Amino acid sequence: MKKETVLMKGNEAIAHAAVRCGCDGYFGYPITPQSEVLETLAAIKPWETTGMVVLQCESEIAAINMLYGGGGTGKRVMTSSSSIGIALMQEGISYMAGAEIPAVIVNVQRGGPGLGTIQPSQADYFQATRGGGNGDYETPVLAPASVQEMADMVEESFQLAFKYRTPVMILSDGVIGQMMEKCVLPEQRPRRTNEEVIAECPWAATGWRRADRKERNVITSVDLDPARFEQFNLKLQAKYKEIRDNEVRYELITPEGAELQGDINKVEADLAIVAFGSAARISQKVIQLAKEDGLRVALLRPITVWPYPYEQVKLLAERVQGILCVEINAGQMVTDVQLAVQGRVPVEHYGRLGGIIPDPAEVYEALRKMWHK
Amino acid sequence: MTQEIIIAGFGGQGVLSMGKILAYAGLMEDKEVTWMPAYGPEQRGGTANCTVIVSDERISSPVLSTYDTAILLNQPSLTKFESMVKPGGTLIYDSFGILQPPTRTDIHCYSINAMETAAELGMNKTFNMMVLGGYLKLHPVVSIDAVMKALHKTLPERHHNLLPANEQAILKGMELVKG
Repeated sequence: MKKETVLMKGNEAIAHAAVRCGCDGYFGYPITPQSEVLETLAAIKPWETTGMVVLQCESEIAAINMLYGGGGTGKRVMTSSSSIGIALMQEGISYMAGAEIPAVIVNVQRGGPGLGTIQPSQADYFQATRGGGNGDYETPVLAPASVQEMADMVEESFQLAFKYRTPVMILSDGVIGQMMEKCVLPEQRPRRTNEEVIAECPWAATGWRRADRKERNVITSVDLDPARFEQFNLKLQAKYKEIRDNEVRYELITPEGAELQGDINKVEADLAIVAFGSAARISQKVIQLAKEDGLRVALLRPITVWPYPYEQVKLLAERVQGILCVEINAGQMVTDVQLAVQGRVPVEHYGRLGGIIPDPAEVYEALRKMWHK
Repeated sequence: MTQEIIIAGFGGQGVLSMGKILAYAGLMEDKEVTWMPAYGPEQRGGTANCTVIVSDERISSPVLSTYDTAILLNQPSLTKFESMVKPGGTLIYDSFGILQPPTRTDIHCYSINAMETAAELGMNKTFNMMVLGGYLKLHPVVSIDAVMKALHKTLPERHHNLLPANEQAILKGMELVKG
């Protein structure tokens, strides 16, 4: 398959991108608003072309444990679900962090708590960026804001997952999953051969009765020796520091609506919005509305929500008189913005709950109120 | 150029697919496009709607509070979305079963008698293309050629014999729309 420009839903883009980047296995269970991922994979039957396994499991718990097994053999494996299903997977994600297993997990968020609603939400921010399961671990989290990014972030997540031997999450929502946009799908890449997997993943359970291997590779998260396990935990923490130091990604939109190239110290704005994913798309419209009124508003969009662009938000705070954090939740990322800003300028939050998506006019109203305070 | 459009009606009227064809036609002309459906329970028998944005520039919010054009195919949609048309914008509604026509004077209101015409001519299946034709007569954001290309690409091959009927419906809709 060649590079191709298509019109499709974010969920469909995830499925096509998985096949095209040489994913070895997808394990999932249907749930609105992300069922199109599994449906699309079933329709395009990659097992007949690339040999990729697509399996509808009996539950999300089964799916995440199949990821543990597949990822433990060094294969490129992924799953997708929505909020409630991701909550069920947390034990498995923690095990994978502890056993240092690479895998990609997509959360197309819907509103909660509990069974909640099938409508979009960003209320799993804390769950995604604070580990989610038990123990001292972090998970790199990418937040797509377009159908194109849904496609691009699959490969990007696999790269991160294998570079750092960690589960990686794509934190999307019902807006990005359900909407259709122009999307350029990458060229088909072959799946890695067994020899390539053995060469790239010397840690993986790829069989040990070979001339080049004397001992078994053990994939586990359990260690009952406190001294040794503390050393292991410190090693994990060092890995997370390396990720924080090297993998922060963000986009900055100037009040003129252009992407800022280079230094945040060049931003000339009255206020700033910090928003990720679909809330950042809505906020781009808010910037236009503000511009028509002569109010200059910059937008910082974290692309990685863990590691978080604290330094960039801090620099931005020095260039504006206040920051509005726009999220489709009751105020979660705003705590990270406050950590970054350290009280230098006022920080406020605007969000809607229960599956309601804030529209640009109401966000602008909140921004205007903040400006006139 | 940016056109922000809401298309709304009953589930089954082809509201979502009309939006999809329009978006696809935009893609055929290398424009930026976004199609955002209201998904969920309203799709199953109740009212359905989708937002379509066709633009020469990068598209910001897929969720909008006001629209350049509203295409409204039943009374509940007309009641809900009339107030959300931008001043100077366009409202197109199917006149069938409308007891309370639009009252705003700061927008351009057009009616299209597509539902009855489609029933009379046995063109029920292409009703939505008739409405799309009416819209494109008023706002040629994409060419008819691009719409036909989009239909060709999105209709499964076994239905390609229906392409001429769709084109006919688009042309009929262009005749039907009235100011």
